[in-house]
Amino acid sequence: MYFLRRFTVRHARFFEGLYNTMESTMIAFDPLSRRIGYNRLERPVAIVEKLTKGLLFDCQMCGQCVLSSTGMSCPMNCPKNLRNGPCGGVRPGGLCEVIPMMRCVWVEAWQGAERMKYGVERIKVVQPPVNRELEGSSSWLRVVREKAALQRSLRPSSDRSKHAIARAFRGARKIEPAAAPVAVEPSAALSEQAVKESTAVFTDPKKFGLEK
Amino acid sequence: MTPIQTPEPFDPIIDVPPKAPEGHKSASKLERVLRAGEFAVTAELNPPDSSNPLDVLEAAQPLREVTDAINATDASGANCHMSSIGICSVLSRVGLSSVFQISCRDRNRIAIQGDVLGAASMGVSNVLCLTGDGVGVGDQPGARPVFDFDCMSLLRTLRTMRDESTFLSGRKLSTPPQIFLGAAANPCIEPLEHRADRLAKKVNAGADFIQTNYIFDIELFRRYMERVRDMGLDDKVFILAGVGPLASAKSARWMRSNVPGIHIPDPVIERLEKAEKPGEEGKKLCIELLQQIREIRGVKGAHIMAYRREHLVGSIIEESGIMKERTTGKQPAAQQPDLKQN
Repeated sequence: MYFLRRFTVRHARFFEGLYNTMESTMIAFDPLSRRIGYNRLERPVAIVEKLTKGLLFDCQMCGQCVLSSTGMSCPMNCPKNLRNGPCGGVRPGGLCEVIPMMRCVWVEAWQGAERMKYGVERIKVVQPPVNRELEGSSSWLRVVREKAALQRSLRPSSDRSKHAIARAFRGARKIEPAAAPVAVEPSAALSEQAVKESTAVFTDPKKFGLEK
Repeated sequence: MTPIQTPEPFDPIIDVPPKAPEGHKSASKLERVLRAGEFAVTAELNPPDSSNPLDVLEAAQPLREVTDAINATDASGANCHMSSIGICSVLSRVGLSSVFQISCRDRNRIAIQGDVLGAASMGVSNVLCLTGDGVGVGDQPGARPVFDFDCMSLLRTLRTMRDESTFLSGRKLSTPPQIFLGAAANPCIEPLEHRADRLAKKVNAGADFIQTNYIFDIELFRRYMERVRDMGLDDKVFILAGVGPLASAKSARWMRSNVPGIHIPDPVIERLEKAEKPGEEGKKLCIELLQQIREIRGVKGAHIMAYRREHLVGSIIEESGIMKERTTGKQPAAQQPDLKQN
């Protein structure tokens, strides 16, 4: 919802804190999650994540959430899907080039970042391109798996391309491990469910919450 | 006017692309001029709606003697024209240096990485990484926008290809592309307070040079450059300021409302409106802007975008006097081959 999306950016600092607390809690539960199996958790967590983040941030379930590096303004709502914005086409008043009645997602992002504790240093880090294979999967679980794996210093995935991206975008890998993930993905995380929705981002104004 | 470009015809079938000199990232003439501390000039070519290579050479004719590199636009404004890689290929065969513009709007990471290798194999040594305008403003608004990369991730990917000699997939390249990496900047567009931060991010992503969008508001640009100097960015990246001659008040208004990312202040439009010959006034304005830009510390060159008014570029450069102190790259005009016969 457009209204809630703008609300969360205005209260970016609060949501940053909430996210950090939630993240450390989930990491603490990693041993339990492993016993249950990330495979089994994937589907129910993804559904909860989609509902809450969809409501609060107009989340598009890219599966590699970078909200804490984008001032709590979801970059997938940018019609150009920029992960490192804003582009040079911002209209006077900070409005979007492609959808003139919408505030530029990235103008919002920079404002949100200024309200956050680590926002400004994080928004300056170059983010890698979106990995379309991960669309629709739970980003929360991915972050937890990545960070827990790091703590247990396990050897992560042997996927060469993932390591290459993590190397090329080292800064992003350090602060947003889900944006350049190298931990092994459970098969359930690579479902096809979101592939169908990816094109709707550009064409459906309802996705932006601007039409009733 | 003394010619700037030294013709070194390059045929990819016979020649191997020239190697980068010591301490340089590419064999680019533009890089050589900039590193020598000279004021560089680039200009945008009007891409033909044709498959005839001679049309490219004709469009390049007014620019080749007065610029260090010619920008080949990649369907700018989302309007379909001859591709930038095609234009660069034709230009490099007659020894003209070009800037290969890549927009993220039309191609995904597979296509772009391959195109850069292809362009480099034909002797193209400057690449400009752009996000691209939305498809809605162009001649085919129904097209599918791609935006797989954005300009930052594109820059970082190309830097990885050049410096680490790998694709983004981690696969090795046997010969990495030696390219001088460019990016755009739009100093006069909101959010003004973050535009310099964004430039820093582009430098961090891999930009070696910057070509800005049109500057019509010199005060805004001065403030931007002040911020850029405070951040020490002018030492890390070569900034070429963008200018262009406006044709009339009407076309200025049209540009302002229809072309994304162009800021033209009202006094500029009023000045054109009051002028008897708006075309002449537009040219005069462009020359004045160039002279003012030349004086701003940290600006290393100018980028001239004279869409459909390319014939004016030579006289704009000459009358502005920005090239007076140039020492390199000059060559007698008589030695220039006639492009039409090539």
